[in-house]
Amino acid sequence: MRRDFLDRYSRLDSPVHRLSAAVKLLVALSVVVATVVIPIFGVAYFILVVSFLAGVAAASRISPHFLLKRLLFLEPFVLGVALLSLIQPSGGRVFATIVVKSTLCLFTMVLLANTTPFAELLRVLQRARVPALLVTTLALMYRYLFVLIDEVERMKRARASRTFARTHVHAWKTLATVIGQLFVRASERAERIYAAMCARGWK
Amino acid sequence: MHIPDGFLDAKTAAASAVLSAAGLGVAMRQARMTLPARRVPLMGLAAAFVFAAQMLNFPVVGGTSGHLVGATLAAVLLGPGASVVVLTAVLLVQCFLFADGGVTALGANIFNMAIIGSLCGYAVYGGARRLFAGLHGTVLAAAFAAWCSTVVAAVNCAGQLALSGTLPWSVAFPAMANVHMLIGVGEAIITALVIVAVAHERPELVEANGAPRVAGVGEGWGGFVLYGALIAVGLALFVAPFACSWPDGLDKVAETFGFAHRAARESVVGAPMPEYRVPGVGSASAATALAGVIGTVVVFGLAFLLARALVPKSSSEQD
Repeated sequence: MRRDFLDRYSRLDSPVHRLSAAVKLLVALSVVVATVVIPIFGVAYFILVVSFLAGVAAASRISPHFLLKRLLFLEPFVLGVALLSLIQPSGGRVFATIVVKSTLCLFTMVLLANTTPFAELLRVLQRARVPALLVTTLALMYRYLFVLIDEVERMKRARASRTFARTHVHAWKTLATVIGQLFVRASERAERIYAAMCARGWK
Repeated sequence: MHIPDGFLDAKTAAASAVLSAAGLGVAMRQARMTLPARRVPLMGLAAAFVFAAQMLNFPVVGGTSGHLVGATLAAVLLGPGASVVVLTAVLLVQCFLFADGGVTALGANIFNMAIIGSLCGYAVYGGARRLFAGLHGTVLAAAFAAWCSTVVAAVNCAGQLALSGTLPWSVAFPAMANVHMLIGVGEAIITALVIVAVAHERPELVEANGAPRVAGVGEGWGGFVLYGALIAVGLALFVAPFACSWPDGLDKVAETFGFAHRAARESVVGAPMPEYRVPGVGSASAATALAGVIGTVVVFGLAFLLARALVPKSSSEQD
């Protein structure tokens, strides 16, 4: 399976990608916070943000098709809750506010994720004095995420080639066994990783 | 249940962020003091495991499907403190790599899914496990705890949305609670099945009897009190203003300290929110609450039957 489905474009080479991760993180966070806080009547701000994001997207040389697809993939989560907000007085305005703001924030985060390698974000966190345990957990998680997803894919393929899941009950049982097996393998792998870390002088 | 950006106003986002930072701090401290060095890599692998497990879709009626959230599962397998850290890592990666869940809502998402999911789940698990011996009790308690934590997290999430003025409580509470009472059943069944599968392969990973594995005795009580206080404060802030007629504590605090940007609040909320009493509102909330009470009893019974069905008598008696 593709190992980079999460942040496929984060290792491209472009002016945006070459910027330091700390700057990008800071800019992205300020854009998100400002977008959430600034009233929707500040039309000038929103025009500014849209053109800024469009400019960044163009400069980053990421395929617009991919960005749009990612955005459309995430939009249902926004719309689902936003639709409920229509059931109240002045619901239309709340709905519009939410959808505009959420979409802008989503786009900002999609751009950040696809212009910044995760390892660099972790280095920023480390410098920002985020507790070492959390940073280590995140680093190991990112490293082994793709390994475990590959493992799940293999187990699913093996299962599919051997058994039929005629009923949902069967499907649930086998899927749960896959998850259980995945946990067992993950914890065994963790033991091997610990041995390897110790062998290399980790304390 | 991932809240995107733009759904929470400044005061709710800030309050949730403070609460989840406190919870994460306590969990981190607990993990640092009691987690043996050899289990540090397991934290990262467990986070990757939860992320990968969330990507497996379980078929539900029709073409729809659901997936595991895994907070209670992680709490049962790793202990509460470690589970909070692991789920937080999962949420951080989902937020920063997937744009799933907003940055400004990160505090709320961590509080609902990592902290309530793990700690509420673990507390229910710890209590219910005492009722029945052996693996049978473990499976029953885990399934029941998974349901409870899902519902409590959903109700808290509804409270946050209502407090932000995004949704009226009369819509948010029944919608979130009712849907998650059903989703919680799926979560409970998957959690039970996975625990049985793990216990079958590596019984020592699921401790059927004995003390919680990560928390030490003294630390455990300290942690228990701190965690309990934290969740109580969270529920008091986000849910209590709607559930009973107490004054809105958070609004008071916000005004006293002035951390709520008045302009922002008014713009997001539209109108100051109190007046959205639609006819039949009170009854919908009451019906949901009643359904919750009945659901709890029914789910406990289901969890008992599920555990009976999944755990062979012989292995239950051996433990």
